[in-house]
Amino acid sequence: MKIAFTTKGREWQSEMEPRFGRTDYILIYDEDKDTLIIFDNCEAKSHEHGAGPTVAKILIENGVNVLITGNGPGGNAIEVLKKSSIEVYSGAIEMSVKEAYDKYKNKKLPRF
Amino acid sequence: MKIAIASGKGGTGKTTLSVNLASLLAQKNSVFLVDLDVEEPNAKLFLAGELLSEEPKYKMIPKWSEESCTFCQKCVEVCNYHALLGIANEILVFPNLCHSCYACSELCPTQSLPMFAQKMGTARHYVMPDMELIEGELDLGEEQAVSLISQTKTYVDKLLLKDTIAIYDCPPGTSCPVIEAVKDVDFVILVTEPTPFGLNDLKLAVETMRVLKKPFGVVVNRYDAQDDRVFAYCESENIEILAKIPNDKALAVLYSKGALIYHSSKSVKCELEKISCFLKSLTCKERA
Repeated sequence: MKIAFTTKGREWQSEMEPRFGRTDYILIYDEDKDTLIIFDNCEAKSHEHGAGPTVAKILIENGVNVLITGNGPGGNAIEVLKKSSIEVYSGAIEMSVKEAYDKYKNKKLPRF
Repeated sequence: MKIAIASGKGGTGKTTLSVNLASLLAQKNSVFLVDLDVEEPNAKLFLAGELLSEEPKYKMIPKWSEESCTFCQKCVEVCNYHALLGIANEILVFPNLCHSCYACSELCPTQSLPMFAQKMGTARHYVMPDMELIEGELDLGEEQAVSLISQTKTYVDKLLLKDTIAIYDCPPGTSCPVIEAVKDVDFVILVTEPTPFGLNDLKLAVETMRVLKKPFGVVVNRYDAQDDRVFAYCESENIEILAKIPNDKALAVLYSKGALIYHSSKSVKCELEKISCFLKSLTCKERA
C-alpha cells in the first residue's frame, strides 16, 4: 500500500498540514518497500486557483492508495480523486506524520 | 458620466451612499443606479420599483470531446487558471475555475474543446419613479463575477444617454471584480470608515486606483471625532475628502428598515449635496 500525507516538513516527526492543495509537502510512504518519498509542493501551492486538482493528480500518478490529510480536499480535488480508487482519511490535525499513520492503522481516522 | 462607488473594506457603506446619492441626484438629473455587487446585489432593497426586464446571462465553458482528442495536453499547458487537468487519457474541465478566455479551445490542434454557454446569473432592469436600477446577480455557487459585471455594464451602456449619471455600486475589495467594475468610469468615490480596518483597506483601494490611473476622492462614513488617522492619511497623500457621513445610531436604524437616510437627516443631505456639487464641477471641467 502507498499512503500519502499532507505535511509541513519532510520527516516522520514533521507536523501534519491540515490543507490539501496548499500543503507544503506530500510524503508518500510505500509500506511494501518501507520507503518514504518526499514531494515539495511549492509549485501547486503558489497557484492562485486550482492547487487541489494538481495535488490530486500527483497522488494518482504516483499510484497512491490511501490519502491522510487534515481538513479534507475541496470539491475540485475530490472530483479528480474520484477518478481513482484512493481512500481519503481526514482529521489528522495537530499531530506528527507518525502519529497520523498510527491512528490510521488503528482505524481512528474518519473516512472523508 | 459614470461614477463608481467602491471601497477596499466591505461594509463601509457603498450601498448606503449609492442609493442615497442616486436618489438625491435623481431630483434634478436622469440617473441610472447600477448594482455591480453581483454576489449580493442589495440596492433594490432600498428602492421601490417595477421589474421591466430580466435576462439570463451566460459564460462560455469548454467541453471536452473524447473522440477527436489526441491527448497532447496543449490545453492544460495554456490554461493560466488551472481549469483543465489531464489525467489517465481524460481531460477534466473545472467550470468554476474557467475564466472563459478561449485559449484551450482556440489552441487545441484537433478542436476537441468546443465552447458552450452555461448560465451564470441574471441581469435585471427595474424602473423606479425617479430613476432606473439595473443589477447583475450571480447564481448560487457561481464564482466568476467578472463576466457578469462586464455583461451588466454592456446592458447599461446601450441605454445611457449623454447627460445620464450612472452610479456603479461596486463589489468590495481590490481584486478582479472591482477592477472590472471601475475600469471605464470617469470618477471613483472610495467609501471608508475611520477605523484601523477602514484605513488599511482604504490604502489598498487608493493604490489600486492609482495603478488604474482613475481619479478618485474619499467619503468617510460613520464619522466621529475619535480616530483621525484616515484624515491624516488623506491629507498626507493629497486625497480630497468629499463628504463625511456622521456616525449616528438613528441612521443605522433607518438603514436596517430599508429606508433612505438623507430624507430624515439634514446633515446627511448636506454632505450628499457636497458630493453632488463636486460631481457637477467635474462635468463642467469635462466640458471645458
